[in-house]
Amino acid sequence: MNIMRNISLPNPELLFDQLVDQVQADISNYTALVGIHTGGAWLAERLYQALSAKKSLEPLGLLSVSFYRDDFDRIGLHAQTKPSEIPFNVNGARILLVDDVLQTGRTVRAAINELFDYGRPASITLATLIDRGDRELPICAQYIGAELCLPKENMLVFERDAHGRFSLRLENKKDVVNGAEDLPA
Amino acid sequence: MINRNPQLDSHRKLQHLLTTEGLPAAILLQILDTAETFVGVTERDVKKVPLLRGKSIFNLFFEPSTRTRTTFEIAAKRLSADVFNLNIAVSAQTKGETLLDTVDNLAAMDADMFVVRHAQSGAAHLIAKHVRPGIHVINAGDGRHAHPTQALLDMFTIRRFKREFHNLRVAIVGDILHSRVARSQIHALTTLGVPEVRVVAPKTLLPSRVERLGVHVFHDMKSGLKDIDVLMMLRLQKERMQGAYLPSSEEYFKNYGLTPEKLSMAKPDAIVMHPGPMNRGVEIDSAVADGNQSVILPQVTFGIAIRMAVMSILAGQPV
Repeated sequence: MNIMRNISLPNPELLFDQLVDQVQADISNYTALVGIHTGGAWLAERLYQALSAKKSLEPLGLLSVSFYRDDFDRIGLHAQTKPSEIPFNVNGARILLVDDVLQTGRTVRAAINELFDYGRPASITLATLIDRGDRELPICAQYIGAELCLPKENMLVFERDAHGRFSLRLENKKDVVNGAEDLPA
Repeated sequence: MINRNPQLDSHRKLQHLLTTEGLPAAILLQILDTAETFVGVTERDVKKVPLLRGKSIFNLFFEPSTRTRTTFEIAAKRLSADVFNLNIAVSAQTKGETLLDTVDNLAAMDADMFVVRHAQSGAAHLIAKHVRPGIHVINAGDGRHAHPTQALLDMFTIRRFKREFHNLRVAIVGDILHSRVARSQIHALTTLGVPEVRVVAPKTLLPSRVERLGVHVFHDMKSGLKDIDVLMMLRLQKERMQGAYLPSSEEYFKNYGLTPEKLSMAKPDAIVMHPGPMNRGVEIDSAVADGNQSVILPQVTFGIAIRMAVMSILAGQPV
């Protein structure tokens, strides 16, 4: 594994605090947080904890998007799929979708399609810890921890340790087998 | 190394599902885990996902079936595939077409997957070996040989109710000799690490040297069901009564029919399963079939999720 030592990455815990401030100032009561598996789900969990002290939120949701990906014909189903859990009524809901890294926008496209199979939400907004550009679809985030410009061949890996603390590291794409943070082009 | 398992490709990925025999535990668990993700899909507003949009799945049933054919059809439709049901017993084959000619014709109509039920053991294997790469075959029951999706939905049901496999005692009761379901169940149970699998049946309904499959043989229900966690009943096929296998269905019920009294030998929280269709009063008493230990209807529901999982894993394998 070739770890890029010459690119310095921000501290995701500081980015998370910034993200909480942005979202807190803006969202209304009864917003429904939905995390995209797996990194987005970790982020949504922490966000839910931080926000629910001051806001009354819908129960936390989780999307797997495995069945909505646009690369199924090329790479098939992930070996480890997790069930989606949407424990609130999507019809008329104000949803804040949460993902760790936004790049091509294909994962978000898949997540929006999946949400619409649960019902017709009033609105969907997007929060991401890191926006690394290179969009391939007309998708943008309303809440962003940081914007980073990274070489395309690098994969940004978002992780959570046993204490729930976040970390970031870079890997070469060819070394990464099963941890895609966003769908390939 | 020669790849001896025709279900797996050179990377040991599942290309066809023909039997549970010889499938590694990792693949069985991958199917169970994937099925778990499909269970929730049927509780939504839109009960389907777009995974197999544009794929053509042909149900080739050379033998009658209602439940299995219907659950395969529902599974395919919930994955957004186009599904075609061919009741071949009354079509081309009666006009003299061979099995492989039928398959070639359907492949020429751009089939992506065949779901095959046939009275001859090995029919699905024959088709799997014959079709071009990229076409997948699922065995929905071949002769006395195998019925892998039934066994998988049974494993799914067991895991749902008992959580683990490694601490279970499981008994399969009934006509083991003629049962493709029993064979597939035994292979799946032993691969998934169930430490004690028993078969309970009269001598006439057991294959010779069945112990070689790793099971313990019992001929009476009292000892066979003692301290059992999971009971898997088998259907007694009526045509067996005509041969020398059994004296009468009344006699069979007296000795092997699952009554509340016999069930009381098992653990109090034992679950009762049956692949259907049931013969009430032959292999199972209504009080048990409809009782609170019965998980027979959940089995049917889970059958859809299992078939969705198998279809989506196969369809997603790169050629």
